[in-house]
This record gives sequence, structure tokens and C-alpha cells, in this order.
Amino acid sequence: MIDRSDGGSAPDDGDRGRDGASDRDGDPPMIAVRDLVVSRGGERVLDGVSLSVDRGELVGLVGPNGAGKTTLIAAVNGTLGIDGGTVELDGRDRRELSQREVARRVATVPQETNTAFEFPVESVVEMGRTAYVSRFGTTTEADREAVERAMERAEVTEFADRSVTTLSGGERQRVLFARALAAETPGLLLDEPTASLDINHQIRTLELVRESVDDGKAALAAIHDLNLAARVCDRLVLLAGGRVRATGTPREVLSDDALADAFGVRTAVNDDPAVGSPMVTALRDGDRGEDGS
Amino acid sequence: MTRVWRRTAGYSAALFALLLGVVTVSAGIGPVSIPAGTVVAVVANAVAVPVGVEWTATAVDGGPLTAGLPLRVEFAHPFAFPVSSTQEAIVMRVRLPRILLAAFVGVGLASAGTVMQGFFRNPMADPGIIGVSSGAAVGAVSWIVAPAGVLALLGPLRPLLAGGAGLQIAAFCGALVAGFGVYLIASRDGRTPVATLLLAGVAVQTFLGAVVSYLLLHSGESIRRVTYWLMGHLSGASWSEVAAVAVVVPALTLVLFAYARDLNVLLLGETDAVALGVDAERSKRVLLAVSSVLTGAAVAVSGVIGFVGLIVPHGVRLLVGPDHRVLLPTSALAGGSFLVAADTFARSGVAELPVGIVTAAAGAPFFLYLLRTREVYDL
Repeated sequence: MIDRSDGGSAPDDGDRGRDGASDRDGDPPMIAVRDLVVSRGGERVLDGVSLSVDRGELVGLVGPNGAGKTTLIAAVNGTLGIDGGTVELDGRDRRELSQREVARRVATVPQETNTAFEFPVESVVEMGRTAYVSRFGTTTEADREAVERAMERAEVTEFADRSVTTLSGGERQRVLFARALAAETPGLLLDEPTASLDINHQIRTLELVRESVDDGKAALAAIHDLNLAARVCDRLVLLAGGRVRATGTPREVLSDDALADAFGVRTAVNDDPAVGSPMVTALRDGDRGEDGS
Repeated sequence: MTRVWRRTAGYSAALFALLLGVVTVSAGIGPVSIPAGTVVAVVANAVAVPVGVEWTATAVDGGPLTAGLPLRVEFAHPFAFPVSSTQEAIVMRVRLPRILLAAFVGVGLASAGTVMQGFFRNPMADPGIIGVSSGAAVGAVSWIVAPAGVLALLGPLRPLLAGGAGLQIAAFCGALVAGFGVYLIASRDGRTPVATLLLAGVAVQTFLGAVVSYLLLHSGESIRRVTYWLMGHLSGASWSEVAAVAVVVPALTLVLFAYARDLNVLLLGETDAVALGVDAERSKRVLLAVSSVLTGAAVAVSGVIGFVGLIVPHGVRLLVGPDHRVLLPTSALAGGSFLVAADTFARSGVAELPVGIVTAAAGAPFFLYLLRTREVYDL
């Protein structure tokens, strides 16, 4: 079961998180970004972005190339500095946390990693425990169990001893996912986890993400495939030009005019006949462009 | 992971035994050949256990530990194997200091080389990649060619320099200045991108190479000594040099071991490493500083011995894989054995060769053999 459990049609669903605050018993959201500004090379890549992700929620970050999706993820996990606004992880300002403490709150599945060296899969997954192992200590029983669970979950146990260099793109992506799971963090960040995968592996990877979220993790995933994002995410945040253009359920965000604005192309949104989620088609000038909704 | 530690312990024990074996055999090789059993007996006879301390009215010269102190220390010698005093003198005064110096220098260069290759994710990286060896060369050559100039420059260190270790200290200072200079040039806003560091290192090496060439032109009669130093040699090793590297090399190598896990994670790329909770900039600073001091110390006592820090890590990586928790200790120990063996060869021929020539002449073909027969691990 990959599609989001609530179908995204409940009327109160869209309000959740729109104001950036949690509606769960006053708990702070796992990931809360407020008025975030990040500049790279003198240019504002993110210009006042706010969003929040609660536990048990999968939020999709969509938008055209260069919208700032990867930058946002890097600003949340601490690999990029912040030039304005705040990032809070479980109610704590990221800048007051050490990088180790950040890594115990959110784990990241990168788009690709440098795997041109012959580490066995198990070693790579074990690196997910980096934030828990002391410099002079060795891995504990708890670390080993976490690594085993993560490998089982991501279905990479069978090639635990193989070198990562011998794996296919899909298998490697699952190893990186296992590495993030091994950290056993309440938050999960995914940067285009499906970008280089075929449709079968796209679905399987997102299925794994969905399972973890249903188990209570908070996940923020940059996904460039709108239809895939609409199918699995509880909410979408549409980024363009470094700002949030729309946020809400996939149906709300995708039928919004903001979509056409953000991507600079006319779109038609219909229901996918197979799975019932919104389906976006980009239109060329010659196309008729009936609005499906 | 226990399996990793089991592998580390297994390989390290085997390589340590190999190192002891190579040292013992090497101590027996030379113009006078001495059986291994006798070498062991000589070393055992030298074991001294302090059993008593006596205060004296005036300072007595009672060995390196208590020199200048009003202490007289009584030593007991638990072993007294019958060996000739000639053999004892050959092993203890002539061969062992040189062999141990080779072992420690080999350990230092191989550890630093392993770290640099991992750090730069570049198979061509060697201990001198950020200019440390070139800096040491400028320091040493300046001392040989114009000691007065070096004395003027290193004024506060004058008492140390005058004590007979001027060359080593000048080389070590040159190494540190060059390494730190490259680091400063490559750093901006508290960040030190690895690619910038690599390029800055190459540029500084080129510049310092020019300085050395210029000094060579004006070296006059000392050109032979300068050339000999630049090729890397271990002849004339003294126990005080051994004592210095015996403290510095193991201590710094242990610090590098403590960063083995960070080094593994850094291999994935810095962004990944940070996301996994590693303070990448801090780890990089420690790794760079420690391996530069290690290289500087090794070069200061032995000159620029090439290829050890490049070949040994590659060879060992083929055997044990890229995990630095296993690779670092094994490559350190293998480096020790390699340099002792190479230096034994260098000193046992008809005419003594600088060991740098031997390591390069033996190392390069071996490296090419590895390249052709097995795929060298990518980093």
C-alpha cells in the first residue's frame, strides 16, 4: 500500500500545517522552518520560506528546477548555513544544536553519494550510526541491532557483504535509505530519492518512505515528479523562485493556478484513472488544455 | 562492529610480528653478519629496570632521562646472555638506531599517506601533498647552505639549534610553516575546500621547489650533503633521533586512528559526512594538522623519502579494503617493515645508497605491477 492512507480529501486536512504550527496536543512539529533565507554566491536561493512537518506526515517539496528544494533540505540538516529565519527540529533551534545532535534528529537520504570505493553495504549502513558512536568507542549491541533492522526494512540484507560499487542504482538508493533508517531519527529528509530510478524502484522506494511515516516518522521529501508526489504525500509545498507558492493537500496545490505560475507552463489536472490521485499534464501551446478539475 | 575490530587485531598482530622479524633480521645483516638469536640476546641484555634512585649533591650525567638532575638511578639488568662486546656494539650503536629510525619513519609516512589519500579522495595523494616535505626541504637545505641565515630567522630557538639538531629543527619548522601556510591560503570563512587545498599545495610545492633549486645553485661545497638529504637517507642515525620519533610518531598515529571512522564517512563526500553528524571542518583540521606534523617529524630526521607514503597504503588497501579502522593500523605497520627492508638493502650493497632511491626504484615497479594485475581500489 503506497498511496497515502487518508486519501487527502478530508476537509480539515488542508489546514494542517498551513500556518506552520502543529495541531497535535501542542507538541512542536518535528521540522519547523520559519522565514528561512539562504544565500549562495550572493543570491537568495531561499527567500522567506516557512513550512512544518509533523510526526506521521509525509510532506512533498515540489517545484521547478532551481526552485531551492535541495537548498531547503541542506539548510534543515545542517549542511548549509542559514542567513535568516529559523529551522527548528523538535522545538530546538538547529543553530543551537551540535551537528551530532542534528544528525540524531533528522537523517538524510541524498540523491546520490560518492560510492566509488569498495565499502561493503553493511559498512555504509553502519555509517548511519555515526552520530551515536563516540570517538574512542566502538559500535554497541544497540547500533548493530539498528543496522540490522534498517537493512531488513530497506530489503538490502541479502547483499550486506557486497561492495556498494557492484550495486545497481535502485539497490544503491535502498542502501542509502537503510543508512538513514539506521540512524533511527524521528525526522527523515529525502532529496529526490527517486530521481534516478525506474518506475518499479520509484514505487518501491516511496513505499518504504510511506511505511516509515506511518510508523510515526516526519518526512520531508523533494520530489520532482508531481504525479508521484501527489500519490504518496499527505501535503505538498510548492516552491518556486525561493518562495512557497502554495501549500496544502496535493489536490489543492496541483489545481491551484500557482502550479502554472511556478512552472511557467499551462497544465491540465485530471484524476489518475488507476489510483485516483491528481495527475498533472504539461501542455504545449497547441494543446487544447481542458482543465480536468 | 566487532568483526571490524577482529580483522584489525588479526592483521595488526600479524604485521607487528612481521615488523619485529624484519627488524631482527635486518640487525643481523651488514659487513659483519650476526645471527638472529644473538641479536635477540643483545637486545635482551640491554633491558634495564630502574631499581633505585639516589639524591646527589650535584648533577650527574646518568643517561638521557636524568641528565642534569641531581639524581643517580640504579638499573638492574635482568638478562646477561653471553655475547661478544663487538657484536653488542655493532647491534646497539650502529645498526639498531638506524633500523628503529627507519621503522618509525616508515610508520609515520605510511599513516600520513593513508590519511591524505582518504582525505583528498585522490589515489595520487602522498604525505607531502600540502607542501610539508617541500617546506622541510627548504628548511634543511637553508641550514646546510646558510646556517647563519637560519639562526637569524629562528632566533628564539637558538639554544635548540646549537645543540646539534639544527638541521632537523630547521626542517621541521619549514614543514610546519609550509603546511600551515597552505592551509591558510586554502581557507576562507572557516571553510577549507579540499580541491582548493590540493591546488594550493601543488602551487606551494612548485614554489618551494624553485627555492630549493636556487639554494642548490649556491650550495658550493655542501652540494653533496644537500643532494644526499634531498634523496632521503637514514645513515648516521642517533639514539636521540630515535627517541624523538619514538615519542612523536606513535602518539600522533594513535590520534589518527581515533579519526578513522570520520575518515570513512568523509569518503562519502563532505555533505554526506555533515548530514551524518560529523563536524567535517573540525575533523579535517585535526587530520591535516596531525598528519602534517607526523610527516614533518619523519622528513626532519630522514630527508625526503618518496613513495613509502604512496605505495604502502595502496598495497595494503588491496589486501584489507578501504575501511580506515583496518587500513590505518595495518598500513602503518607495513610502512615500518617496508622502510626497514628498503634501508637494509640500501646499506648492504657495495656502496651505500640513499634509501629514497631504493624506495622509489623498488616501489614504482611494484606499483605498476599492482596497477596491471589488479584494479587499484578507487577511493
